[in-house]
Parts: sequence; structure tokens; C-alpha cells
Amino acid sequence: MAAADRQPSTPAGEQGRTALVGVLALQGDFEAHARVLGRLGARVVAVRVPADLDGVQALVLPGGESTTMTLGVEREGLAEPLRALARDGVPLLGSCAGLIMLDSEHLGLMDMRADRNAFGRQIRSFEADIEMDELPGGPIRGIFIRAPQIAEHGPEVRILATVEGHAVAARQGDMLVVSFHSELTGDDRLHVWLLQRAAERRARR
Amino acid sequence: MRDEATFSVKAGLAEMLKGGVIMDVVTPDQAMVAEAAGAAAVMALERVPADIRRDGGVARMSDPEIIAAITEAVTIPVMAKARIGHFMEARVLEALEVDYIDESEVLTPADEANHIDKWAFKVPFVCGATNLGEAVRRIGEGAAMIRSKGEAGTGDIVEAVRHMREITGAIRRLAGLSSDELPTAAKELQAPLELVRSIARDGRLPVVLFCAGGIATPADAALMMALGAEGVFVGSGIFKSEDPPARARAIVEATTHWQDAERVAQASRALGGAMASLESSKLEHEQLLAQRGW
Repeated sequence: MAAADRQPSTPAGEQGRTALVGVLALQGDFEAHARVLGRLGARVVAVRVPADLDGVQALVLPGGESTTMTLGVEREGLAEPLRALARDGVPLLGSCAGLIMLDSEHLGLMDMRADRNAFGRQIRSFEADIEMDELPGGPIRGIFIRAPQIAEHGPEVRILATVEGHAVAARQGDMLVVSFHSELTGDDRLHVWLLQRAAERRARR
Repeated sequence: MRDEATFSVKAGLAEMLKGGVIMDVVTPDQAMVAEAAGAAAVMALERVPADIRRDGGVARMSDPEIIAAITEAVTIPVMAKARIGHFMEARVLEALEVDYIDESEVLTPADEANHIDKWAFKVPFVCGATNLGEAVRRIGEGAAMIRSKGEAGTGDIVEAVRHMREITGAIRRLAGLSSDELPTAAKELQAPLELVRSIARDGRLPVVLFCAGGIATPADAALMMALGAEGVFVGSGIFKSEDPPARARAIVEATTHWQDAERVAQASRALGGAMASLESSKLEHEQLLAQRGW
């Protein structure tokens, strides 16, 4: 199944140079992330079982329902393999539910606690241009769908953006999380960041 | 600059539901069972379609008390149904802050000529369709998500298969047309030309496409995913079965792993009996819910 899901977007000879990026595909908008990564020349593997993580050099935790994803991670025995990947220094990008998955009450990979639906129900969902520290190229358009916020965080976590007093973007080492969806707006800068971190990590090894 | 209720925001929630199962529930307890089984959202109802079919009479929007209690009980999104054309039921549901409104043929239509003007609402709408023209007309009216109609409350998948194949087959045919053939195609589909052009160009609907109507087993859910559904609604199929929590978990698992028949097989074991079913082709014309709406 892992092999069938691998869809190289570059010729086989180039595989040594392009990153293999896993996108957690238990539920949610994993295809939108895969499309952005594919446009950037990455090879993408949909991750549904632990074996799908073999050789993954970067990982995206997409948007979706965090409850559904949490149950899926339990059912598939994915929690430990995901933690091992992060311990190994594989860069991670989490958006919306992906942010929640990385917090102290879920996978426990980032020193922060997320609050779900911090802006309210769907009727209060919105889109906005977000000024985000460490992101070159000006504000990023984010779509906030029943979005979470980072309610508490430790010293290792750097808050990169806030909206109406809610922390909506943060980084801890090579783990970047945002409350919003830029994968639906055509802005690929967060994915470029992920691929750059993966390339730097490979260069170090 | 903060923009609420844009089409991206409305269609965005459906993007987040993809690969998931949306389950009909009639009590807060059922909603909690659905959430614990991995449902991506619940549809809050007074009666599931199988009971609406059995009881007869006019089927209306659910009691706001039930919807509010279900909304309190879970943290996943809550949807609710309004009658076709009944924009005031939709206003009530919007005031209750449900996350999605289903303008549904399962309820008795309130207007035989007009669907709800869904652009006028902040809350997004999902609508049923039996073919591409119907789907595109609903999107033209502002629907931010489409589902097949299927034949709700029967446990018979045949109509959902027909509708999904109608929609995806027609999209493939559109994609093969030249630009000077699209106006005629739009006329035949009775659908707005600009939307038809965008569908022909992208090879897909501009909104998420789910399947609904007749899913009773994990294999039914996997079949619909294989036919191009991006997620599934299960109405009577879960809480009218013998072991709802087990069946709910199994349908969630099969929807995620639809490409892996061994996983679908494993998920399908020891679930107890499926819902009592009706064969769609044996129903009288006036008993067919899918022919409501146009």
C-alpha cells in the first residue's frame, strides 16, 4: 500500500535530490497539502500506517477533525513512530488540526497547549492576511476554519503570529504550526520552509 | 482585514471533512457515540431517514432543543437539515449556529419551484444531487459542498452508485469537450456556463463531493470512495444496525483505508446485523426521496 501511494512528481533519477514528504492521510485536507508539495517538486507519500513513514524526510499534519485524527493515530499505532520521527529531527508542519495533534495533550511533541475552536463555531470562521515573523515575502493569507489557538506555551516555543490576541502560529526547532490554512489559498511559503529545513537536515547528515 | 463567510471559508470546512464520515444522530448520546467512533461531523436530526419513511407525514427541520443538546454534547462540527426552499428553517438553523445546513430532500420540500438562495447566508450549505446539472445548479445557488442523494433510509446503495457515476462520468465527458462545445453542454446541463467552464478545466467540481443515501456497510463506504466520493454521509446505516459503535468505527476505518481491501475486510468482521433494508427498485415513485428537488 505504501508503494502504491507513492507518487513521484519527478523522474526517478531525481529522487536523490528531492525530499520525500509524508502527509498524514487519516482524514482531512491532506490532498491540498500534497498538491502544494507536488507543485514544489517534492515526492509525497500519504501516511496511513507506520510503514508509510519509511524514509520520510519531512512530514505534514494537515487540517481536519483532530478527534477523528487522534482516534486514527491510536487505531493505527502511529503515535510512537511519529514521535520517533520528530526526535530524529525530521521537520514537521502542522496546520489547524495538525497544530492540535502536536500539542502536549495529543502527541506531546511541542511544549504548548492548544484550545480548539478558539474563535467559535463555523459562522465565525474567516480569512485574513497574517503578519508572520520569520516568514519572508509579506503577510500570508490564512483561512481560519473553526480554528484553534495556542493557549499556553513553554520557553522553547516561539509565537510567530497573533490574531485578535490569539496566538495562531508558532515554531519550536524544526516544528512549525499554524491555526490556519494557507494550503487552500495557493501560498506555498510554509511548504517551502518545510522543504528547506529538510534539505538543510540532509546536508548536515 | 478579516473576511467572514467568504466562499473559501464556507467550502473550506468541507475540505476539512474530507476522508471522513458524517453520521446521522437523534440524541446527544448517539452524537457522543459517533464522535468516539471517529465521525468527522454529525447530522442532528429528530428522526433518521428510515423512520421518516416508516412514519410518513411531513418531515420538517428538527426541534431546536434537540439540535442545541447535540451541539452541546460534542466538539466536532454539527450539521442540520432544512426543507428544500424553506429559507426560514435555514435562518433558524443559522441562528442556532449549526456548522453546516443540509438543504435536504429527506425532508418534505417547502417550495416546489425554488431552492434556498444560499449566497444570502453566513453558514455554509450542502445539497444533494442526482447528476452533474443538479450539482452545478446547487453550487450556482451558493452550495459549498455537494453530496449524492442516493435513496436515504433504504440501506440500498444502488441509487448512490448511480448518482455518483452520473456526476463523475459527466465531469469526465465535460473535460473532453473543446471550449466552443461548452455553451451547449451548459445548456443541456441547465447549469451556469462559467461553472461548467471551470469544471471542464479542472476536471472536478469546485466544491467537495461526498456520497449519501444507502450506505449500510464498510464495503459500501469503500465502494463510494473508489467511485470518487471524497467522504461519506451515513444516515440510518449506523444507529439502525445491531451494534452502532462497532459499525460506526468500522465505516470510519473503511473510509480511510478504502484502497486496502484487507483492511476493509478486517473492519467488516463481527459487526452484527446491518439495518433493516428496502430495495429501492421496489419503492413506489412517490416514496422516492431522490426525485425531490430539481
